[in-house]
Amino acid sequence: MKYESVIGIETHVELATDSKMFCGCPVRFGADPNTNVCPVCLGLPGALPVTNEKAIEWIVAIGLALECDIAHRSQFHRKNYFYADQPKNYQISQYDVPVCSGGALEIETGGRPTRVRINRVHMEEDTGKMIHVGGGGRIKDADHSLVDFNRAGVPLVEIVTEPDLSTPQQARAFAQELHSIVLTLGVSDAKLEEGSMRFDANVSLRPSGSEDLGTKVEVKNMNSFRSLERALTYEIERQTAVLAAGDRIIQETRHWDEGAGVTEGMRSKEESSDYRYFPEPDLVPVEVDETWREDIRRRIPELPAARRVRYAAQGLDPDSIAVLSGGGSALTGLFEDAVAAGADPKVIANWLLGEVTAYLRRETVDLSETALTGEHLRDLERLYAAGDLSSTAAKQVLAGVLAGEGNPGEVAEARDLIQISDAGALSAQIDQVLADHPEEYQRLRDGDAKVIGYLVGQVMRITGGKADPKVVSGLLQEKAEA
Amino acid sequence: MAIDIDIAYVARLARIELSDEELEHYGAQLEGILEHAALVQQLPTQGVEPTSHPLPMVNSFRPDEVTPPLDRETALSQAPQADGGHFRVPPTLEEE
Amino acid sequence: MSSPVDLTLAGAAAALRDGQLSARELLEATLDRAVLTEAELHAYLTIDHQGARAAAAAADEAIARGDHTGPLHGIPVAVKDNMVTAGLETTAGSQILAGYVPPYDATAVAALRSAGAVIVGKSNLDEFAMGSSTENSGYGPSANPWDTGRVPGGSSGGSAAAVAAGSAQVALGSDTGGSIRQPASLCGLVGMKPTYGLVSRYGLIAFASSLDQIGPIARTVEDAVTTLEVIAGHDPLDATSYRGAYPDYRSSLGRGVDGVRIGVVSELAGEGIHPDVLSAFRSAVDALADTGAIISEVSLPSMEYALSAYYLIAPAECSANLARFDGVRYGLRVDGATVEEMTARTRAEGFGPEVARRVLLGTYALSAGYYEAFYGQAQKVRTLVIQDFTRAYAHVDVLVSPTSPMTAFEFGSRTADPLSMYLVDVCTIPSNLAGGPGISVPIDLDTSNLPIGFQVMAPPLGEETLFRVAAEVERVTAWNDRRPPLVEARS
Repeated sequence: MKYESVIGIETHVELATDSKMFCGCPVRFGADPNTNVCPVCLGLPGALPVTNEKAIEWIVAIGLALECDIAHRSQFHRKNYFYADQPKNYQISQYDVPVCSGGALEIETGGRPTRVRINRVHMEEDTGKMIHVGGGGRIKDADHSLVDFNRAGVPLVEIVTEPDLSTPQQARAFAQELHSIVLTLGVSDAKLEEGSMRFDANVSLRPSGSEDLGTKVEVKNMNSFRSLERALTYEIERQTAVLAAGDRIIQETRHWDEGAGVTEGMRSKEESSDYRYFPEPDLVPVEVDETWREDIRRRIPELPAARRVRYAAQGLDPDSIAVLSGGGSALTGLFEDAVAAGADPKVIANWLLGEVTAYLRRETVDLSETALTGEHLRDLERLYAAGDLSSTAAKQVLAGVLAGEGNPGEVAEARDLIQISDAGALSAQIDQVLADHPEEYQRLRDGDAKVIGYLVGQVMRITGGKADPKVVSGLLQEKAEA
Repeated sequence: MAIDIDIAYVARLARIELSDEELEHYGAQLEGILEHAALVQQLPTQGVEPTSHPLPMVNSFRPDEVTPPLDRETALSQAPQADGGHFRVPPTLEEE
Repeated sequence: MSSPVDLTLAGAAAALRDGQLSARELLEATLDRAVLTEAELHAYLTIDHQGARAAAAAADEAIARGDHTGPLHGIPVAVKDNMVTAGLETTAGSQILAGYVPPYDATAVAALRSAGAVIVGKSNLDEFAMGSSTENSGYGPSANPWDTGRVPGGSSGGSAAAVAAGSAQVALGSDTGGSIRQPASLCGLVGMKPTYGLVSRYGLIAFASSLDQIGPIARTVEDAVTTLEVIAGHDPLDATSYRGAYPDYRSSLGRGVDGVRIGVVSELAGEGIHPDVLSAFRSAVDALADTGAIISEVSLPSMEYALSAYYLIAPAECSANLARFDGVRYGLRVDGATVEEMTARTRAEGFGPEVARRVLLGTYALSAGYYEAFYGQAQKVRTLVIQDFTRAYAHVDVLVSPTSPMTAFEFGSRTADPLSMYLVDVCTIPSNLAGGPGISVPIDLDTSNLPIGFQVMAPPLGEETLFRVAAEVERVTAWNDRRPPLVEARS
């Protein structure tokens, strides 16, 4: 029998608010263990949660970006389960009325669009982190565990899709598109390797063409887009083999082992599904009225999909579109500034992805550490368009501006890179070259077009490379016809 | 109303280790209490909204501002076992 | 009076302000009284001699500087041990928190401190405030100063015993189903549960979050008002804290009840109430009528179901609130081979039987397949209770009933059957479900010379009318000069 795979994705996004979801502790990755904790996020007796307003605004923004309905009134629930990294042994989460529900995200794979429905987007708090000591860091062989509560209480948004994906490639495209949106909204660092954006996938198989859903397996621990795709590819093959052998799929959670390239079953909690959700009595309902919602909507920046359409219309190449619309590149802001100031989008995109990117890599600096502005780029592009700078010179000026030598005009002056494109200024040098090369001059007059390149080179040589070769070539043509 | 409780399951959910005798003892007591509590089921409540807060309040928020955390020594001072700035616990059986 | 501790708070505050009494003298007299009574009463789990002496000295210095911070300045206060105190052991009466030292003050405690109050120590309670007698304390019960063979009520029984005995001028208690009002009633004191949200719960070790409220236990209605005015107020650290205006409650004292409409709750003033209690209650109602109150009988049909709803809602919330006691970050740890085993053993060892019972009960009521039948249904009954109250308050300003169906009972008389203990709270629980304030005022003694309390209930934020009626109850029954025999004998 032939099978098709059915995939749904659960995404967790840690919000990059200044403070935690329910207390004022800083949200900061990489701090010393248990230094960003207080009575609330340590679950000390008597402590109470108070909701971070910005986290609510940001989840609404995410919901709006995913075309969700925003609940007029939603509430928090307690999700009860014991785990040593969970300070209260319940997680404040949402249950029957999440902030956002019923949205969609369109993705494209192999030129074909797929509309992925979003079931819900809800707000919760993150847990602490555990280190398993001894036994090679694996849970089952550990001697003991160490708990760090710095991450406990960090605002966490969970985005749950309907099972609308059918291939690992689509799953990857979905994850990447969602990642771009989150970055564009500026609500999270969205670093997969640090776990500030995490993807879990539910996978099941069914006979091709069937409408039923098979037994689903949850796959966790994918730390990159590539590993998401690999893990799903592996899991689909595994399930196909199980079914081909006449066995049944067990509903379980499996852990992706990146090194071994396999998924492995996890020991599950005996009563894992009985979370005893009930309304969180320490918190009051969240009401998002139309005024607030529309205010948040107005502040949402242009999203990646709209950006891609606009960049394509501006004539950008696919690579530039991908980088500049992804939400994760600091180049996007510069690009937008330069274009808004009146520069040619194509030229600016080429410089940003070429020279600027190469410079940053070579010097190992961040864009923010350089002095480059959108106006610089606009000015540089004007000098280039006016013929005052050659393509090569323009790139040299750009490097100078990046290195903090001044604005493009100053750098071009200082480096003596302004090219001579004034016909009057060049005619003396051209006359000189023609006088020095009478043979070639004669061939030119005889209509031998091939000799022009040689003569242009000679003019460039005596002007120290500053002549505009196009202008020189034109002037030589005139001489030939004179 | 007859109440039937899987008290061993409830004790596992509540994470309290109880002997067989204790389970039987608590099971019987809970059944007695629940028979009385089941009175709530006799009141017609069709169309009645549940109340989880005694007063109608919404949107109690805090601004996204950082307040100083506890210093680590204080945070760990009450820990039954601490180790290198962490809380230390025996190994875990269950994976998350 | 033989000792300044037997002054009312108002009397002591006046003496302190006028320089006739120093905070140190008052504290030492209070500590002396504790020495005389604690062996029998066990009102305190911890007496903070050092901290209290430092606070009293600071209070005296401030007065000397002309820096008087109000009516609680220099007043010895007992704090129920389920409110956290920075640097001072806080156990909530549970062995699972033996030796636990919190790093912060509850907001109500911080308010006491900044008002210049002297915190004498932490008073005894039923473990995690679950009980009506202090017999569930993990550290042994407190006794009633009126008869040390009897319970002081609970769960704030230590607070009530201390105020009645004079080892504190006033105390903070917490009230989830009557835990302030019932011990106040059994110890001949005024005990008041404010409107839910009026006093911050931040730092109150939670029993049932949607029901818990901190309030004062005092010797007079005026003293209760004085204390409430210090601890009430919006707290940004408690999301359920009331955000509106906090009126001046004091102005409602002494206004009488002429024209005030008072409803007697039929369901709480008949069957199941001890005849002595009922007759004292009826006499007090008659006395109010004589001074101009308009009395009517009001029926609240859902009262019959309120107790059942309470004994599902409170345990359900407590089952989650108490999950944090797991042996990982603080408190007791009993070793185990795995963290799961360690936590299960720690909780088995650290929780007393009543707490374990309620955690199990609440866990069951929330578990898959039973939620709707129990917890969900209880929440709907809660709505009906609120609707009953709302309907009643359309016709009356306050509702009244006895506070407790019986006076102080003997140790051990109700411990065998949990249900018989739960029935003790039948008159007080409805206010917790509905969120409005309730107050108990002592009115008389029964035939065994045990105090009887009178309860006044008002709609949410109806504190002004509540105090107005309570002060009149106090006046017409002329209770407040009565002192328990233990104090008479020891002082």
